[in-house]
Amino acid sequence: MSNVKTLPSWRALTQHGVMAQANHDEVARLNVLTHLNLHLSSRVIPGLRQVYEKHVHPAFVKDHGREPETRHEVRKVMMEDGYCQLWSALRRNTMEMRHQTGRAMVLRQAGVLSNKVEQLNKGCDTLQLDPKIEVPANINQVDIHCQPGCYYQEYFDQDVTVAASYDVGLFVTTAGLLGALSDGGGQAIANWLKTEHPNFKPKRILDLGCTVGHNAVPLAQAFPDAEVIAIDVATPCLRYAHARAKSLGVDNIRFVQANAESLPQYADESFDLITSAMFWHEASHQMLPKALKTVQRLLKPEGLTIHLEQPQYHGKSVFEQFMRDWDTYYNNEPYWGPMHDLDLAEQLDKAGFDGSAMFEIGVVAKVDEKIFGKSAAGDSGEDYGRAPVWNAFGIWKNKQ
Amino acid sequence: MTSTNTSTHKTSADIDILDLAGTKAKGQRPYFLADKQVEQVLSIAMAVATELAVTRERLASLEAVLTEKGIISADAIEQFAPSAKHTAARSLDTQEYLARILRIVQQDKEEISQDDKSMEQLQRELTQTD
Ligand SMILES: C[S@@+](CC[C@H](N)C(=O)[O-])C[C@H]1O[C@@H](n2cnc3c(N)ncnc32)[C@H](O)[C@@H]1O
Repeated sequence: MSNVKTLPSWRALTQHGVMAQANHDEVARLNVLTHLNLHLSSRVIPGLRQVYEKHVHPAFVKDHGREPETRHEVRKVMMEDGYCQLWSALRRNTMEMRHQTGRAMVLRQAGVLSNKVEQLNKGCDTLQLDPKIEVPANINQVDIHCQPGCYYQEYFDQDVTVAASYDVGLFVTTAGLLGALSDGGGQAIANWLKTEHPNFKPKRILDLGCTVGHNAVPLAQAFPDAEVIAIDVATPCLRYAHARAKSLGVDNIRFVQANAESLPQYADESFDLITSAMFWHEASHQMLPKALKTVQRLLKPEGLTIHLEQPQYHGKSVFEQFMRDWDTYYNNEPYWGPMHDLDLAEQLDKAGFDGSAMFEIGVVAKVDEKIFGKSAAGDSGEDYGRAPVWNAFGIWKNKQ
Repeated sequence: MTSTNTSTHKTSADIDILDLAGTKAKGQRPYFLADKQVEQVLSIAMAVATELAVTRERLASLEAVLTEKGIISADAIEQFAPSAKHTAARSLDTQEYLARILRIVQQDKEEISQDDKSMEQLQRELTQTD
């Protein structure tokens, strides 16, 4: 067993001020599920390519007299294969168990958590909730990634359990590869800015769809003189995010409840840097162009906008596209596929940028290697969309 | 549109933790195996496997503590009779345990009464551009 890599325990996560407390068995359960995810990605997933190459693909070619042309054709035949069905059943079930485990843990301390959050948020003008906001159509009909209650459900007055459970479970879904504060993505972006653009010193930063603020915090810490505005539509997430940041000693983030579509409260050209992490794949064909136009409107000349996402499908084999697209249909992510099909440069163009100036960079989560080991690439097996190996796309406004 | 004010209870004391913890995610649940019931049994088996792993870890913790401290003799566990308080705590434990491993049944029940849409259906709606 000596060549088997061990994972850090869930206990390695930083216990910030509003982190739910885990008892002995809850930690054990979270760790088992983390290992189960790793098992599926490193030991079960490789079999799918074999199934495809040995059986499914040859059978398709024989039946049709041609190669499969789209991921949808691949999906149709793969989902009839017993091994693929078994993997799918296990993957779906593991996700559901992760949610039940996180929820059971935070629900039993729901009152304590909401009190802690209220105490930390009391009297702060850096938390701006809008009681009249409506859940946008892009997330109101389905509980994204099988997360019951989605981002916004409150089970009682001042409830933050959906946010607390989200924070608890990021570790499980990513096999611990996001680091002690699940902020490996935000840290990687901050690090990239500092090393590649040391003279870029943004004063006003906007983060779209911040959820629990985990990736906004490292940006705020990297630019302590900047004012960061982190927006989201989900009340429990914003309350929790604000308290979380405060407990970490970060006070230059303003958490604002707002829909990314228009943001009329902010003036044209009022931000130097606009970011998001894993945001666009939960949008829609209606919302995404509006929000990108808003980004274009809000960005100062010479300002930068940069977004962490999983890579686009273009140029990938239909098999890899099928693998990456699994979550679209089977993990309640209906816009995942359509978003990854978009020509992002064209979208930027339509939003008023010069799309030809778009750049893309590969980003790997930046974590404390002493605890979390070497970063994701190659380590956890190819996980087709779950591993913290991203593609960031960005553009400088009107810059030659 | 749905309002974000989704709270249905006044305080944290009013929530049913067992039901809420295992509740299903909105959106039709796909099944992958040829037989739905077989897949439900698989789900139960995986949950039981998880719980067994948790128990193994707890026993390992216990053994380590006891060995380190030299507290009990080998037959002390065999001789132990739980008190009324212990019995009540275990009953609660067992109920939580069962709610966990039978989650799939609860969710199937919930799906019967919910009108969830498929990802295909939602994708069509989300990709409409007026
Ligand atoms: C996948 S999460 C983003 C995760 C997070 N940014 C990170 O760093 O990992 C998507 C977030 O976007 C929010 N969201 C979805 N639609 C939105 C909209 N139209 N305007 C603002 N926020 C939105 C959701 O509430 C959710 O918190």
